[in-house]
Amino acid sequence: MSGIRVSHLTKHYDDTLAVDDISFTVPVGATVGLLGGNGAGKTTTIGMLLGLLIPSAGTIEVLGHDMAHDRFAVLARMNFSSPYVSLPQRLSVAENLRVYGHLYDVAQLERRIAELAAELELGDLLDRPAGKLSAGQKTRVALAKALINRPELLLLDEPTASLDPDTGDWVRTWLERYREETGCTILLASHNMAEVERLCSDVLMLKRGRIVDRGSPHDLLDRYGRDDMEEVFLDIARDRHHAVTA
Amino acid sequence: MTSEPNSRAAVRRIWGLLYRHLALYRRTWPRLLELAYWPVLQMCIWGFTASFLAARMGNTAVITGAALLGGVLLWEVALRSQMGVAISFMEEMWSRNLGHLFVSPVRPWEMITALLLVSVVRMLGGILPALLIAWLLYACNLFALGPVVVLFFMNLMIFGWAVALGVVSLILRHGAGAEALAWSVLFGLTPFSAVFYPVAVLPSVLQPIALALPSAHVFEGMRGVVLQGTVRWDQLTAAFALNAVWMAGAALLFGRQFRQARLRGALLSIGE
Repeated sequence: MSGIRVSHLTKHYDDTLAVDDISFTVPVGATVGLLGGNGAGKTTTIGMLLGLLIPSAGTIEVLGHDMAHDRFAVLARMNFSSPYVSLPQRLSVAENLRVYGHLYDVAQLERRIAELAAELELGDLLDRPAGKLSAGQKTRVALAKALINRPELLLLDEPTASLDPDTGDWVRTWLERYREETGCTILLASHNMAEVERLCSDVLMLKRGRIVDRGSPHDLLDRYGRDDMEEVFLDIARDRHHAVTA
Repeated sequence: MTSEPNSRAAVRRIWGLLYRHLALYRRTWPRLLELAYWPVLQMCIWGFTASFLAARMGNTAVITGAALLGGVLLWEVALRSQMGVAISFMEEMWSRNLGHLFVSPVRPWEMITALLLVSVVRMLGGILPALLIAWLLYACNLFALGPVVVLFFMNLMIFGWAVALGVVSLILRHGAGAEALAWSVLFGLTPFSAVFYPVAVLPSVLQPIALALPSAHVFEGMRGVVLQGTVRWDQLTAAFALNAVWMAGAALLFGRQFRQARLRGALLSIGE
């Protein structure tokens, strides 16, 4: 069983083709990066994986379940975090976690909240309104929400966007440790190439809705003859260099 | 991490959504004040008006005043129920939380159930102070109409919910641009609901519109009790039947617009 199996996935809005016949598989326990410039189709792809968007064509299987017909069987086993989707600002951190703990039917909820507070250093923030937190604190709270149900599949949309380097590194280190401890499958959309290089075992390069290249960061660096993923990204985004195919 | 049976999990998800709104009201007292402000204000204005008329015109005005105050109180039930659903949905939109909710295992019907429960809490929070004022200041006890008043309440609540589902559907379709409807749409139906006068007063061309509204039948029924002392079961039956039609229509509209929102990708960007 794969963590995610996508086959000929297509999404168009009226005349705009947002995702164009993409297919990929994410093995259980892998961390795969979804890379591409603005408008490449990353958010649309994640939206379809989460069931927020109905595809125009193609199939999505998540943890062995067809998302078109059986998404509620799997939604409780996955979770999602994005800086562009907020938690209720006036509720305290603990109240927010309690709400999502109930929604995901988490057993021994107060104990789970205490665990997450300890792991993500949220102890002093639990009684503070979510809207009064700094960007770094909000990211940690968003991660706590995303982990409240101990997901087998985690979809992260730019998890370190707008964070300072220190906090960004803290989040990446924490994600690495979490993956090693739990074997969680992670699909990560990011513009931070260093992050992708560090966290991802495989990368899907999206451009104008199509997967234009894929492989491990190491393979892509070799193929494009570059020293870092940022240069690979620019090569693809600007059509300035073609990979040397094996 | 999930547990069975599914029905227990569904109840817990509904409680989670309800808890979210209860926590919000616990933290922001202006929201609590807002719940009761308008119903109490309405009750004061119409109560003093009825008192003034009673002092000038005698017994007839006393009975008319009772019908007037009953109308004000009962119409607030519909208004508060409708706003309770629509505003609670908009709270999720304003906080840009809908994306998180719809990727959780919450089913649309569970969200609707939670919104209806929130609206009951909000409605009671608004109506109970107004009922108390009507009783203390104007000796108007709505419950003196008898147990039938519960049926009036139920019908107006269901009608408010049906209209609210229509408003939520329009918000799903048009985003924040449709949010003004949450405050205004039921006010627009007030003239046709015959809150303060019989349907017969309306021009004949407008009467079919009024008779298609469950609320008009409720108020005809209420006046039957207040003015003639008889329970108009025919009006109550018509109100329940029309409510079934309105709720079915609203549920279909919501289901359709929810699917359309998933097709358009509106669930992530609806706050914009």
